[in-house]
Amino acid sequence: MIVKTIFSGFGGQGVLMMGFTLAQSAMNAGYQVTFLPAYGAEVRGGTANCTVAVSDDEIASPIASEPDNVVVLNTPSLYTFQNRVAPGGFLFLNSSIIAVDPSRHDVRTFKIPASEIAEKLGNIRTVNTVMMGAFLKMTGLVKPDIYLSSMAEVMGSKKRSIIDVNHKAFTEGYQYLEEST
Amino acid sequence: MNKVLMQGNKIIGEAAIRAGCRFYAGYPITPQNEIPEYMAERLRSVEGGVFIQSESEIAAIHMVAGASAAGARSMTSSSSPGISLKQEGISTLAACQLPAVIVNMMRGGPGLGNISPAQGDYFQATRGGGHGDYRIIVLGPATAQELADLTMDAFDLADQYRTPVMILADGMMGQMMEPVIFKEPQPRVYPASYMMRGAGKGKSKIIRGLILDPLDMEEHNWTLERKYRVIAKKETRHELYRMDDAELVLVAYGTAARIAKGAIKRLREAGLRAGLFRPITLWPFPENELRDLAKTLENFLVFEMSTGQMLEDVRLALQGYARIGFHGRPGGVVPTPVELANVVMRQYDRKQGIIEHY
Repeated sequence: MIVKTIFSGFGGQGVLMMGFTLAQSAMNAGYQVTFLPAYGAEVRGGTANCTVAVSDDEIASPIASEPDNVVVLNTPSLYTFQNRVAPGGFLFLNSSIIAVDPSRHDVRTFKIPASEIAEKLGNIRTVNTVMMGAFLKMTGLVKPDIYLSSMAEVMGSKKRSIIDVNHKAFTEGYQYLEEST
Repeated sequence: MNKVLMQGNKIIGEAAIRAGCRFYAGYPITPQNEIPEYMAERLRSVEGGVFIQSESEIAAIHMVAGASAAGARSMTSSSSPGISLKQEGISTLAACQLPAVIVNMMRGGPGLGNISPAQGDYFQATRGGGHGDYRIIVLGPATAQELADLTMDAFDLADQYRTPVMILADGMMGQMMEPVIFKEPQPRVYPASYMMRGAGKGKSKIIRGLILDPLDMEEHNWTLERKYRVIAKKETRHELYRMDDAELVLVAYGTAARIAKGAIKRLREAGLRAGLFRPITLWPFPENELRDLAKTLENFLVFEMSTGQMLEDVRLALQGYARIGFHGRPGGVVPTPVELANVVMRQYDRKQGIIEHY
């Protein structure tokens, strides 16, 4: 099996962190992984994205021309990537910010009001972790406990309270899709 | 040792530090900026570490020459246009027989080109690059693990043969994160007698590339050539992938070889028996090992992210004994395994013709 996912959003929304924590947790779960960030002449307020490949075999190309999953945190990212998702693939939207509907009807779309959930938790910066909760609920790529321990490992240098609020954000996102699907 | 998830550029930095590199000079250029960034941080905290962001690429390579002459394990890194600037210094290092490691994270060219992954610097790297009659060892990693292992090996080879060694990778290898396990470095074997650390009471030493008498210069050239012959004989490395029952041989290195492996998996699913010959040393090119394959196989296809550079080494190695096809995507395009598989399918039953025009 090989599963490729593109994460995209505004610079600063934690897009690279989503990809990095997924790659780290999939590695800890025993998979082969690659993480490829978009690099180069990016602009402040522009879009940032990264591609993560998870496989039980050697990964040939870390690039995804037809990703199985796309996670978008803002509207420009939706426009950029919605037409790349493989038919039957998953599209995750931060519906707090993205007001438009995707043009694709041959993929499964999941709308998560991630910014609202994050704000309710008192830390808007956990938008990405809310989305990761929803993402892992539906894809089942990595078990939640492995993801959370890997996230704590990645955030090792941060304050305990930051890790705790992200833990909560993950659970909120996970449960949101549990209830609405 | 633990498995860690790291970016390619940083893996090179960490492997260099672990291998005992204590001098780094460089000038920023995308897509390899994380190497100087990492070296700046790490060399600050290791004993004897020196990091210099130089005023130019040319300055950096000559600083490396100076540090090397003084006995330090030293390294510089850049990407294509910056490597062109360093050629004068690389030629000097070769002439003076000074060990050094140079990293080239290739990007699209010629000229300033772009910042996307490419393989257009193969000629420059494997033919010496600068002026004069010399070669450098060129290593072409294809995985994060190889970035670590070959970086450490590069320092050992540089010392062993007193020659510059180049790591030739591309923007994708530099930017991508993959799991890696750092191996234990070998103890350094490099006689102090070559180091310039003050004559003390002994004789003064001179390291120079300027040899005005043509006969002396000729002798120096043959000395170097004898060394290169030993390297060519002893240091070639390559990987065979699914070659046991292969009917068609893909030849690719670095990022292109990864894509080729993906294509081979698809071809095998479609019942086509394709395999891969992957040179790991680009100079010396594993030509005897490749030629051996032509004893039983005659369908070869070279795949590069260029208009066809390693293709020439494959032609030289096979010497007309086999048919050689080519697929290239220059300029910073990274093709998909599907694309390459489609190309191979069309050429699989090819019975004649050498190079089709691309």
